[in-house]
Amino acid sequence: MGMVSVSNLKKTYGHFIAVDDISFEIEKGEIFGFLGPNGAGKTSTLNMMIGLSRPTAGEIRIDGIDIKTQTKKAQAKMGIVPDESNLYNELDGFDNLCFCAALYGMRKEEREPRARQLLEQFRLKEAGKRPFKAYSKGMRRKLTIAAALIHSPQVLFLDEPTTGIDVESSRQIRDMILELKKKGTTIFLTTHYIEEAERICDKIAFIAEGRIVASGTVPQLMESISHGHAIQFVTDKNIESLPVDLQACFKGSKVTIRPDHSLVMASDQRIPLFPVMEFFHENKVEVYEARELRPSLEDVFVKLTGIESSVLKKDKEKGGRQ
Amino acid sequence: MKSWIAFWNILKKDVKNYYLKPPNISWGIIFPLSWTLMQLIRSPGGNILELLPGLISMSVLFGTTSMLAVTITFERSGRSFDRLLLAPINLSVMVLAKIAGTILFGIFNALVPVIFASFLIDLSAVNWGLVFLAVLMIAITSALLGLLIAVSAKQVFEAQTFSNFFRFPMLFLCGLFIPISSLPLVLRPVSFCLPLTYGTDILRGAIVGSNTLVPLLSFGMLILFSVVLFLICRHNINRKWIL
Repeated sequence: MGMVSVSNLKKTYGHFIAVDDISFEIEKGEIFGFLGPNGAGKTSTLNMMIGLSRPTAGEIRIDGIDIKTQTKKAQAKMGIVPDESNLYNELDGFDNLCFCAALYGMRKEEREPRARQLLEQFRLKEAGKRPFKAYSKGMRRKLTIAAALIHSPQVLFLDEPTTGIDVESSRQIRDMILELKKKGTTIFLTTHYIEEAERICDKIAFIAEGRIVASGTVPQLMESISHGHAIQFVTDKNIESLPVDLQACFKGSKVTIRPDHSLVMASDQRIPLFPVMEFFHENKVEVYEARELRPSLEDVFVKLTGIESSVLKKDKEKGGRQ
Repeated sequence: MKSWIAFWNILKKDVKNYYLKPPNISWGIIFPLSWTLMQLIRSPGGNILELLPGLISMSVLFGTTSMLAVTITFERSGRSFDRLLLAPINLSVMVLAKIAGTILFGIFNALVPVIFASFLIDLSAVNWGLVFLAVLMIAITSALLGLLIAVSAKQVFEAQTFSNFFRFPMLFLCGLFIPISSLPLVLRPVSFCLPLTYGTDILRGAIVGSNTLVPLLSFGMLILFSVVLFLICRHNINRKWIL
């Protein structure tokens, strides 16, 4: 059994089904990305996993502990970063961290050095004595993540960790997530950002209308929609006449010309590059660039969910608040 | 031990964050002081000693109910309250920690009319032990009523409206202004369903010696109210805030 195990999870509000029979497992030290547009069921799933909401049906286990029957025991193993930075405005950064540590029963001798260490790690040492309300959005986010890590949790839940913050803070947070993974922390991450998920997640699940429509590693997901190979060639001259000859020479291939006048050669089989280059050479065509075309994770998302990626982008602009 | 650390730190944070803020301290002084002056101006020849139980009761009731309902609703709307719900501490410990600060604030409120009266009259005959226990029990039951309101309210203004909805009828039905025996027959059973009735009666006995119920019975009733309200609050938090 994985560090996090979700099976046949369901949540309904009256007649509305927010989460519909979803199952997945997260292994220890894995980063699991949960992607979907607003209202897809991401936060509902997360809230059930952290014990802030009760499942209508199904089971959630954190390190083998049933969240439904042993909520507090399971919560002791978790660090939670909600989509809104919800620390105490009146307290300063240091006191906020110490307070959060005390909620996990950490003694003063343990929590104060740990709070200092985290402030340093998150480059907030100077801001440690400033009230939380005086922090910038990026700083607030970083302190909220630091608060979730104060008791060194085994599983970290991050709800839209980089939404609405500056590029530098986002980069620092992504680096920190990868650093935590190296130390063996299991991470569950919900996000709108496909590129972010592609960059840092070991496994990804796409959720739409409360159901997981696809899940797996990034290569597995890409493989699921990619049936063949394609190479794009950027050449020096007009090649309008070449596709027919190329197709005749390389049986089973399909050659098209793109609006930018580049040539795309597609085939079910892998395309041997050297014979193709020889063909161009014989026809006195200079090739400046040859690149393998692969579907992006965004293409996979669009194909599998039927939701245009612009919907996600709009959600991002809204700030990702559900 | 872990629960105790969490309890103590929630209490410390609330006292520092809310109750020791200048507006709340001044409110805690000015409000009871206004009640006291109002009563004295209304009946200049009135016996201050007889007014004292009512003034103490009102100060504690208003202090505790408003503070807890407002602070919790405030934390709920800012979602910082979720931190407490997600922490690995027992819900009962969390509820006790949240009401502890308000109870202390209520006791502080009760001190104001007492200090004021001590300058004007001789209070040597007062049974202070009984007064303290009565104030403590009124503060506990009022704090729990405040929590009950907080669970039902979504916004701070809602919490304030709900508070007044039960506070003012309670003041008129608990025998503070009108003796219960003078109330219409139909309202009398309602009086005995209010915790303030028993708290005020103990205070009357301890300060003026004119209680109508046996103090032991009143304390028993206040403990019963506390336990029932605590269980209802715990149940409601579990039902309404963990969806």
